Amino acid sequence: MSTMKYIDEFRDGEIAKALATKIRAEAQPDRRYHFMEFCGGHTHALSRYGVPALLPDNVQMVHGPGCPVCVLPIGRTDQAIGLALDHGAIVCTYGDTMRVPASGSLSMQRAKARGADIRMVYSPADALKIARANPSREVVFFAIGFETTTPPTALVIRQAAKENLPNFSVLCCHVLTPSAITHILESPEVKQWGTVPLDGFVGPAHVSILIGSAPYEGFARDYRQPVVIAGFEPLDVMQAILMLIRQVNEGRHEVENEFTRAVNRDGNLAAQKLVAEVFELRESFEWRGLGEVAHSALRIRPAFAQWDAEQRFDLAYRPVPDHKQCDCGAILRGVKRPADCKLFATVCTPENPMGSCMVSSEGACAAHYSYGRWKDIAIVAA
Amino acid sequence: MCLALPARVAALLPDEMATVDLGGVRKDISIALTPEAQVGDYVIVHVGHAIGLLDTEEAERTLALFAELNASQEAPAP
Repeated sequence: MSTMKYIDEFRDGEIAKALATKIRAEAQPDRRYHFMEFCGGHTHALSRYGVPALLPDNVQMVHGPGCPVCVLPIGRTDQAIGLALDHGAIVCTYGDTMRVPASGSLSMQRAKARGADIRMVYSPADALKIARANPSREVVFFAIGFETTTPPTALVIRQAAKENLPNFSVLCCHVLTPSAITHILESPEVKQWGTVPLDGFVGPAHVSILIGSAPYEGFARDYRQPVVIAGFEPLDVMQAILMLIRQVNEGRHEVENEFTRAVNRDGNLAAQKLVAEVFELRESFEWRGLGEVAHSALRIRPAFAQWDAEQRFDLAYRPVPDHKQCDCGAILRGVKRPADCKLFATVCTPENPMGSCMVSSEGACAAHYSYGRWKDIAIVAA
Repeated sequence: MCLALPARVAALLPDEMATVDLGGVRKDISIALTPEAQVGDYVIVHVGHAIGLLDTEEAERTLALFAELNASQEAPAP
């Protein structure tokens, strides 16, 4: 079997056992350790490798909203579908958005079956190629994601401007991680009601490669929350949990970095410069599950308005509520767990998702459905 | 969506592109966001772009810390 350098070593089972022993030894029985893993990548790693089963009962992981597909509101997917169905545009999208439920029982996938020209791309650069190859058609890239996908989008917008490509535009739905963390810390559930007790954060892996560890220093200080930035492999997450336990035990609330092999304090400065050149802050943006969040997303700067699909097609945003029975909102805020939702694993499954948390493999519901749901069910002998 | 993997830069290509090797699979990606990347470096690849460099010394340091922890638990209690 071929080995993957700098991946396989961080999945070693023996070391995972040693880390679990250390966690059990250092977690004090009379204390509570509830840590939110912000990223869907961490949620997925925890579920896939069965990490929660290795933790003592008083060390609990709370899923956060860091799954880009899960927080994409219905109204934005509706806009993308509308561009294909009503404006006849070729809409290029990451594969993850294809099955996200939209209005009118539609999804990108179902719209495609109705004749919409929707194409899955691996990289925004592929969307640019499609625009060059189809000069008589409008081509729109549906740009979603956190700080990791934003710089590649900035590159294609800058390239389109450089080539003066007349038929290409971007529907920009890029969102910002630090704003979402602030929003959770300020939410009534965390701040006043205490229904979501939080004792620390496992900080983003790949997002932090871009933005660095400095943006989290304010949370650690102002909200007295320990933050440990961790890689997406199981040993990374376990080591981060151990580091968080130590911070709680010692009464510290600092930003620590477990993922030193890829993250430094400043982040990727070349990428940050490019993003600042192409994008500016939106006053507000709707997140699925969190509602309108101030200064939490980016829009394309007026200098690049010609490549901004919202300007080009004069799009207005119309918010659409989730399915009444769907608990994605509460799950995204860490208030409920997947199994608390009535629809979970009954009418809502990865094959036929009702809510966004069941769509992406990084979603809390999809991760729990694929890896964790059987262990919650007591086995009764016949 | 946030899936990103470390890959070794095998060759630099024109237009800020590079060929990377990922466990034997070769792929052309953009290195526009990591202009400092050189042949032999490990980059983190995400949606067809290198988004950062992997510091191999730091990686070895983290692995050494894990190995030490493992060894300390295998040793008999004093």
